[in-house]
Amino acid sequence: MAGKIKWVTDIEKSVLINNFEKRGWIQVSESEDWNFYWMSVQTIRNVFSVDNGYRLSDDQIVNHFPNHYELTRKDLMIKNIKRYRKDLEKEGGPLAEKDENGKYVYLDFVPVTFMLPADYNLFVEEFRKNPSSTWIMKPCGKAQGKGIFLINKLSQIKKWSRDSRTSTFVAASSGKEAYVISLYIDNPLLIGGKKFDLRLYVLVTTYRPLKCYMYKLGFCRFCTVKYTPSTSELDNMFVHLTNVAIQKHGDDYNHIHGGKWTVSNLRLYLESTRGKEVTNKLFDEIHWIMVQSLKAVAPVMNNDKHCFECYGYDIIIDEKLKPWLIEVNASPSLTSSTANDRILKYNLINDTLNIVTPNGEMPESRWNRSHQKEVLGNYEILYDEELAQSENADRDLRSRSGQSIASKGVKANNSARPHLATWK
Amino acid sequence: MDEGTELSSTIAQIVHKLSGSQLHFQMERQAKECLNHPSVQLETLKEDVKQYLRKSGWEKKLQNAVYQELNMIHTSGNPIAPPEHIKEPLTYMRKAQASWEKRILKSLNSMCTELSIPLSRKRPINEQKELLTKWNEMGTDEPDLSHFRPVYAPKDFLEVLINLRNPNFDNSDQPSATSHWGLIQVPLRVKDLSELREFFSELSLGYGQLGIEESSQVPQDIFENEHARIGRKVLADQDSAAAEQYIRQGSPTELRAELWGLILNVTSDPEDIMYYEQLTTSVIQHDLLVDNLFYKDVKLTASNDDYYFVFEDFLYQVLLCFSRDTTVLEHFKYNSATPPKSYIRGNLGIEEFAVVYPPNGVIPFHGFSMYVAPLCFLYNEPPRLYSVFREMYMRYFFRLHSISSSSSGIVSLCLQFETLLQTHLPQLFYHLHEISAQPLRIAFKWMVRVFSGYLATDQLLLLWDRILGYNSLEIIAVLAAAVFAFRAENLMEVTSLAAAEAVLADLSTLKVIPLLQIFLFATVT
Repeated sequence: MAGKIKWVTDIEKSVLINNFEKRGWIQVSESEDWNFYWMSVQTIRNVFSVDNGYRLSDDQIVNHFPNHYELTRKDLMIKNIKRYRKDLEKEGGPLAEKDENGKYVYLDFVPVTFMLPADYNLFVEEFRKNPSSTWIMKPCGKAQGKGIFLINKLSQIKKWSRDSRTSTFVAASSGKEAYVISLYIDNPLLIGGKKFDLRLYVLVTTYRPLKCYMYKLGFCRFCTVKYTPSTSELDNMFVHLTNVAIQKHGDDYNHIHGGKWTVSNLRLYLESTRGKEVTNKLFDEIHWIMVQSLKAVAPVMNNDKHCFECYGYDIIIDEKLKPWLIEVNASPSLTSSTANDRILKYNLINDTLNIVTPNGEMPESRWNRSHQKEVLGNYEILYDEELAQSENADRDLRSRSGQSIASKGVKANNSARPHLATWK
Repeated sequence: MDEGTELSSTIAQIVHKLSGSQLHFQMERQAKECLNHPSVQLETLKEDVKQYLRKSGWEKKLQNAVYQELNMIHTSGNPIAPPEHIKEPLTYMRKAQASWEKRILKSLNSMCTELSIPLSRKRPINEQKELLTKWNEMGTDEPDLSHFRPVYAPKDFLEVLINLRNPNFDNSDQPSATSHWGLIQVPLRVKDLSELREFFSELSLGYGQLGIEESSQVPQDIFENEHARIGRKVLADQDSAAAEQYIRQGSPTELRAELWGLILNVTSDPEDIMYYEQLTTSVIQHDLLVDNLFYKDVKLTASNDDYYFVFEDFLYQVLLCFSRDTTVLEHFKYNSATPPKSYIRGNLGIEEFAVVYPPNGVIPFHGFSMYVAPLCFLYNEPPRLYSVFREMYMRYFFRLHSISSSSSGIVSLCLQFETLLQTHLPQLFYHLHEISAQPLRIAFKWMVRVFSGYLATDQLLLLWDRILGYNSLEIIAVLAAAVFAFRAENLMEVTSLAAAEAVLADLSTLKVIPLLQIFLFATVT
């Protein structure tokens, strides 16, 4: 097609609009012909709903996969990961190896989680094994820390279940207001005595074959209140939740840095205090988690070629420097809380657009451009399944030692990062 | 004085300093214990004990302690020199420092009177308990600090330095090309570029260097691996002098905390941890007015800093302990400053009722906490963080806010900076002079804070590596000049101080080592 890309968005964020305008793209309304639609998850639901029956034409791109919720809804993500593990186990591959305690050696990267109310009995069984544990309850479909609470007694969950039976339980039984309950990471890594989580961005351009990119400029989100694992603080959400949306209500919220610390700061701190080797291992494991979570959903994803998605990964690191996947967001916040935040998010969108619309043009047959030189910006290739498979033949045997399982093809385009072979 | 006398005087000083030290007692105990060791025979007692101490690593510890003392001796150590000459040999500098101190103290006292807050008070028991429970989260406390203001800020101090004059020096001549056009008007000897090149020879392009992308010599990753290997060897040897030499080429990130500790001869023995705990106890027991100043300073600086906000609580702990630490007073022997005195109520001016206030003799100013902040990236245990900071302060940082003629003193650094600019970037210097944007007005705050809070932390640490490696602060004057050289083109276009400040407002993207290398070794002379 000739001419400029026509864009629409239903998210009025300057980091988006400035990027479109910088490219000289033309803004149109939703009812007109459009090529590029940056939409909210609500809109994508309508676009792809059965009633609507809308089909994207060759010159249209949207920023979500139709069933992104397979990854981004807390309950479905868990379900898919559990299924993925079982499948691997059935195949008997080395990936599904378990240790003497029955835990997966390579695939134990989400905290123990149950669906409620469906898995209530399983949860009770698990809870009784370890009655002093703390659990975190999250509504499946909500984001930004809404509706989250902690429990450390069975009576609390019983009370909740009684209450919800009378009020929202009707909805719950239909599966829409379901909760997940996860073992709370009660030994998080603290820096300066404060708890934090990591927000990292991953771009997926296709699921089959899987091709994903990792954004180098993620950040840590710090709690403004000191972390104390004591249960008397359980009610103080500021201690436990790092979402900016929650933290903004804390008295100590700082509008200059917004409680955000760059990943490069984290790396410098960890290398200085813990050493280079364990720090590299941590980051390798984080990349591993991302690829595995994407592989877990790849078979069920509707791999519509008009779609791409930029996910916000939330990861917590425990004091043993083991990373845990907490959740994946389909619409990472594009609101900028500080000046640096605005720069980061502007660049994130800019680099994303450079990959999904190379040269600022509408890719009419984007499957043919896979070997074209890409402008990655701050992205690096996280996994390229096609490349990995082509390299499979000559590397197959070596990987069986477990040394470089599934590291094949990972960032193969980026030979400057040799330490990736440390993946396990 | 001949070399021999000087040497024996130095030896005498060091022996005096070390006798009665913790190390002395530890070695004595070891020597006694080793008598039971089979390798120690009565006939060869002296040699055997020496041999034993060598093998058990105590000789290395003694060597490091001697080396540390040697590093602290800055004057020629003439045994007949009066103590004030060791503090500062030039009378006019001493006088200027004394009158500056008077001003600070007056300002502190008037704050006390104005707010009717005592300099110090014992906390009631319940208050002590409360502080103890929130020791690790003092940052969440929001006391009303609106009445407190920093006693002074770097720019107040700069005014004092600008007005500094040597009464024996006549600078009434008409300004000429050879006269000094900068703000600092005292005649001190500073290094010229060729002397700097010699002094910082390990920074030249012929050496491998951490903090650069690539070098012309060996591929950078090969150098980095080899350098890290040597670094581990240096650490295994536990030799301060070797570590100091090594770190001139930069420290690998993962070895830095230990290397700095070794160079500064900071130990983490149970005694050190106990000492830190004693300091925390005295913080809990007594409330000092300066606590509020530290508190306010952290809130105004580190708490708002993208890199350091995370460490807010550590900063309170370290700074409050610091103010109670009387071992800090030791450094006033070689610092031109003198600890301020206060008098017990009702006994104003009576010498026997005088007490040093604050107990460590250091009155904080705006930005003081930035001396501690970068260290939080290296040490995650407050006692060790504290020890390293105290040593850094007593070796280097005190020089940045006292008036002295030391080559690492702030006056010399200012002069060094201005001289470098005037000599090697005369057009830029003249231009900025003409538009009343004196470069020192911009660079002064960088130097007073050792660039902390201005550079990205990784770059800052690479810079501080070199301070430790050369045991000198002169590198920061060179860097300040190098920053101006780097932005010279933009600066030539500005027409006001504000515009020049804007050009130099963000230093967080600068790469320190290449800048230093270019300025030192690629400037055409």
